[in-house]
Amino acid sequence: MLTIADTAEQAVADITDGSTVLIGGFGPAGQPVELIEALLEQGARELVVVNNNAGNGETGLAALIGAGRVRKIICSFPRQSDSQIFDAAYRAGTIELELVPQGNLAERIRAAGAGIGGFFTPTGYGTILAEGKETRIINGRGHVFETPIAGDVALIKALTADRVGNLVYRKTARNFGPIMAAAAGKSIVQVSTIVDTGRLDPENVVTPGIYVNTIVQINTGHPEPATMEENQ
Amino acid sequence: MTTTLSREQLARLVAGDIAPGSFVNLGIGQPTMVSNFLTPAQHVTLHTENGMLGMGPEAVGDQIDPDLINAGKIPVTELPGASYFHHADSFAIMRGGHLDVCVLGAFQVSTTGDLANWHTGAPDAIPAVGGAMDLATGAKDVYVMMSLFTRDGTAKLVPACTYPLTGVGCVTRVYTNEAVFLIDDDGVRVRETFGLTFEELAARMEIPLLRAG
Repeated sequence: MLTIADTAEQAVADITDGSTVLIGGFGPAGQPVELIEALLEQGARELVVVNNNAGNGETGLAALIGAGRVRKIICSFPRQSDSQIFDAAYRAGTIELELVPQGNLAERIRAAGAGIGGFFTPTGYGTILAEGKETRIINGRGHVFETPIAGDVALIKALTADRVGNLVYRKTARNFGPIMAAAAGKSIVQVSTIVDTGRLDPENVVTPGIYVNTIVQINTGHPEPATMEENQ
Repeated sequence: MTTTLSREQLARLVAGDIAPGSFVNLGIGQPTMVSNFLTPAQHVTLHTENGMLGMGPEAVGDQIDPDLINAGKIPVTELPGASYFHHADSFAIMRGGHLDVCVLGAFQVSTTGDLANWHTGAPDAIPAVGGAMDLATGAKDVYVMMSLFTRDGTAKLVPACTYPLTGVGCVTRVYTNEAVFLIDDDGVRVRETFGLTFEELAARMEIPLLRAG
């Protein structure tokens, strides 16, 4: 049963210490900023965070890391020009890093949502990121065994939801949203607009509501909902 | 050619070598310049690994939309026929061999096409890999664009990479300001040189070079 929360604070209230939290977004696109800020206020500690990056600037995920709430981060690209908060925590030894090639990160998340126990991929074979991992030659090519990454919780941003949790995203802000929604025990989604059920064209739903547990409407200034009228 | 190529000339050369109708991913940095020299008649479709085919030029002014960025997190535009997809699909497009060409920068390339372009291996460096290994692994052809020599004159096309590898045996061509190299089972073949002769080039490199043709 879908919960429609009134506020971001309400939406993240049940996240417990030690949770693995999948956080959507690639750069600013699709970053669930208000949900991350609410998680910071909520106070859960010892989190394992899965995100493509390790925070930018001083807000959002960077603030969560800066407050010492993140025990471990699983990501592909932590080091950036404005990742100073992660950099400091990493150098101080207060955060653990699991570095994963971006496509392996995505596929490991997808595998968790799809009930796959792992997969062999050529990406990373013969590199230091494959050290200690099982390998196999398949059709003459080296492959590395990668395991699924499931979350206790996912924090995602989409453009529009209906009242059964179907989601439509916007442009490249889609990025990790659909796979994280499927891979988490509880998916919490912030959307710009919640529309009445029946107004999203079923042909255009990207994430079916079965993967979504909580939605919260947060007006981020993007006015146009993705309703059928819009799409025709 | 009596002088080495400028960065722009090199980008134009790579663009001209991309077959009409190709699906292409251009890596961050110098490879991105190739898009400036692709012609409409080539009908090349650009992929960006954060989840889009049909990427247009960099966005300016009112076109800038925070939800429409490329893999370098630069605002871009969409062309007619563009499509969006999630990250697992986007990397399936790469890993699955659906892209014709990927153009990447490099620290080093080996004579057998090993690529090192993500990590210098310095003990105090914070590692970040992003999509580099996926890009190196999946495309039908992996072209590298790089300066051929380091500041101290050491060639970056080497017998074996000393930096940590991005991918094994993946690079098929290396475009540099001095020469274009083709890598296949026979070894490294010099397709053309710019501003120096084959012999002059060979004298500055530690690897055996084959002549074109």
